Amino acid sequence: MLLVVVEHDRGSVPIAGKEALTAGRELAGRLGLPVAALVIGAGAEQAAEAAGAHGVGPGHLATHDLLSDYGPEAWGETIAQAAIVLGASVVVSVGTDTGNEVMAQAAARMDQPFVANCLKVADDWTITRMRWGGSLLEDTTVDAAIRMITFAHHAVEPVESAVAVVTSSFEPGLEPEVSRTLVRDRVVQAAGVTLSTASVVVGGGRGVGSPEGFSVLEELAGLLGGKVGCSRVVTNNGWRPHSDQVGQTGTKIAPEIYIACGISGAIQHWVGAAASKRILAVNTDKEANMVTKADYAVIGDLHEVIPAISNEIRRRRG
Amino acid sequence: MRILVCIKRVPAPGARINVTPDGQAVDTAHLGFAMSPHEECAVEEAVQIVERVGGSAVVLTVGPAEAEEQLRYAVSLGVEQAALVQTDGADWDPQRTAAAIVDAVGALEESGRAFDLVLFGNESADSGGYQVGVRVAYALGRPMVNGIKRIEIGQGEVTATRPTDAGAEVYRVPLPAVLGVKEGINLPRYPTLKGRLNSKKVEVGLVESNAVAGGQHMVKLFRPTEQVSETVILGAGADAAAAVVDLLEEIGVA
Ligand SMILES: Cc1cc2nc3c(=O)[nH]c(=O)nc-3n(C[C@H](O)[C@H](O)[C@H](O)COP(=O)(O)OP(=O)(O)OC[C@H]3O[C@@H](n4cnc5c(N)ncnc54)[C@H](O)[C@@H]3O)c2cc1C
Ligand SMILES: Nc1ncnc2c1ncn2[C@@H]1O[C@H](COP(=O)(O)O)[C@@H](O)[C@H]1O
Repeated sequence: MLLVVVEHDRGSVPIAGKEALTAGRELAGRLGLPVAALVIGAGAEQAAEAAGAHGVGPGHLATHDLLSDYGPEAWGETIAQAAIVLGASVVVSVGTDTGNEVMAQAAARMDQPFVANCLKVADDWTITRMRWGGSLLEDTTVDAAIRMITFAHHAVEPVESAVAVVTSSFEPGLEPEVSRTLVRDRVVQAAGVTLSTASVVVGGGRGVGSPEGFSVLEELAGLLGGKVGCSRVVTNNGWRPHSDQVGQTGTKIAPEIYIACGISGAIQHWVGAAASKRILAVNTDKEANMVTKADYAVIGDLHEVIPAISNEIRRRRG
Repeated sequence: MRILVCIKRVPAPGARINVTPDGQAVDTAHLGFAMSPHEECAVEEAVQIVERVGGSAVVLTVGPAEAEEQLRYAVSLGVEQAALVQTDGADWDPQRTAAAIVDAVGALEESGRAFDLVLFGNESADSGGYQVGVRVAYALGRPMVNGIKRIEIGQGEVTATRPTDAGAEVYRVPLPAVLGVKEGINLPRYPTLKGRLNSKKVEVGLVESNAVAGGQHMVKLFRPTEQVSETVILGAGADAAAAVVDLLEEIGVA
């Protein structure tokens, strides 16, 4: 049996969770395995509905006093017990921070390998996975009684395919000790446009020259209802907070257009920007990697180019 | 507090990552090396905690003899002691790496007190397995939370904060504990002169491990297919503004 661990936040299943359901259903079909969903914690009923809508059922609802909120050890232990008790030979989830964390916890408990951020699984079980945040790929094989994998976020498109939802409850045996890593408190941020959801990102790199230099980028982003991003050199220099960083160890962005100013286009930056619909590079160096890989480029000093663009927008708006 | 930080030596590629002809490794002929950015922040965090509450920090890696370079760099930032589990150079799989770290923790704790805190990076920069820290914590019977961007040391416990899309989750974990940290938790310092001197003097302790291979086997590395697009040059300098705004209007964002 192939068990899909459903990613959800108190019942609501994000796109990432639907991707894993779709990938799990497709893989089970190809391998000729029955498929089932494991839904842990508060809101499990509702998340099981979403699993059914994506063709994954029956739903095993894991309930326990220690599962009311998220906790990596409690969730990992639950996955390990469910995999063994329900007789899973494959366990699938999604390569988000929490997806990878709970699968690693479960794999550690069962002493099984765990392959994170997979893009595809071939019929002979050669697995293609991401390294370097996706800049490099790896084909890998696993020797395992229970194969544990997460699919990289965005590796598959979620596709609905409804099955009737039959649910049953699964009560894991949890030691009180796992309560030590339960979430104790949450800080809720006001919803709004973030770097990862912005439709325009104006990014700045070392070429911006100083923290004050970002004011021209702020101005353009403001005119376009976008967000300012930056490179790691900028965060390391203390010019901008790390929450603005685009790249492998920062945020992955996917705007309609990314305007990258004074950024050379190192692979670790590029991998965070590659999902942008269009990239416009502004750089003094026409050989810069960002320029040669971009869809559009302006060659010149960003401190002249960017204010001129803002002025032109204001002029046309009258 | 006694703190252990686990780091990994990785190549520092520029515009692209090249693979050796046999597909078994990154071609490092023209590359420098570094530790993963998350781990550099883990080192900085350990040094800051020691500065705040006292104690000492130890840095550990499982890697080739050359990984001494990264260990000594950590010492130049304020870590006191360095330890190496030496490999033959090829990357060990995550299960084997974790087992080697567990062996090393045993050896390092024998010679002193248990580590109050063991810090990892959220994920290694090259292989990105998202698991070595979790496996080590489980083997040691200690609590572990990954993705941490804020650490406060309390009485016998640590408060750790993890940012999420919706805000942040707060954990209060009893010590001894294991945490995986993310870049952005702090701004790593540059080596000081005193640190540089210490890093030259420090003796790197060698730790033995009999860890055996786990179940994941790398077959080959390769680059994703790049979509080659011809770059449209919209112009040079301020004169390009009109063409840029035409484009922004055309795609409906201006
Ligand atoms: C494991 C690892 C992870 C990493 N993760 C990230 C990450 O998440 N994000 C990230 O960004 N980096 C990351 N890096 C760092 C990355 O390798 C580069 O060092 C960094 O992206 C370079 O930043 P930059 O382009 O701003 O600076 P530079 O490479 O110095 O480029 C500056 C550019 O500005 C141009 N320029 C200069 N003056 C002007 C001007 N007046 N007008 C216009 N153009 C000008 C120059 O021609 C040049 O192209 C990582 C590195 C490693 C090893
Ligand atoms: N070879 C290694 N030596 C020491 N620590 C390591 C090694 N590999 C991974 N780690 C640590 O484990 C974390 C997670 O690695 P990974 O599971 O590969 O993503 C890294 O950020 C490091 O802190």
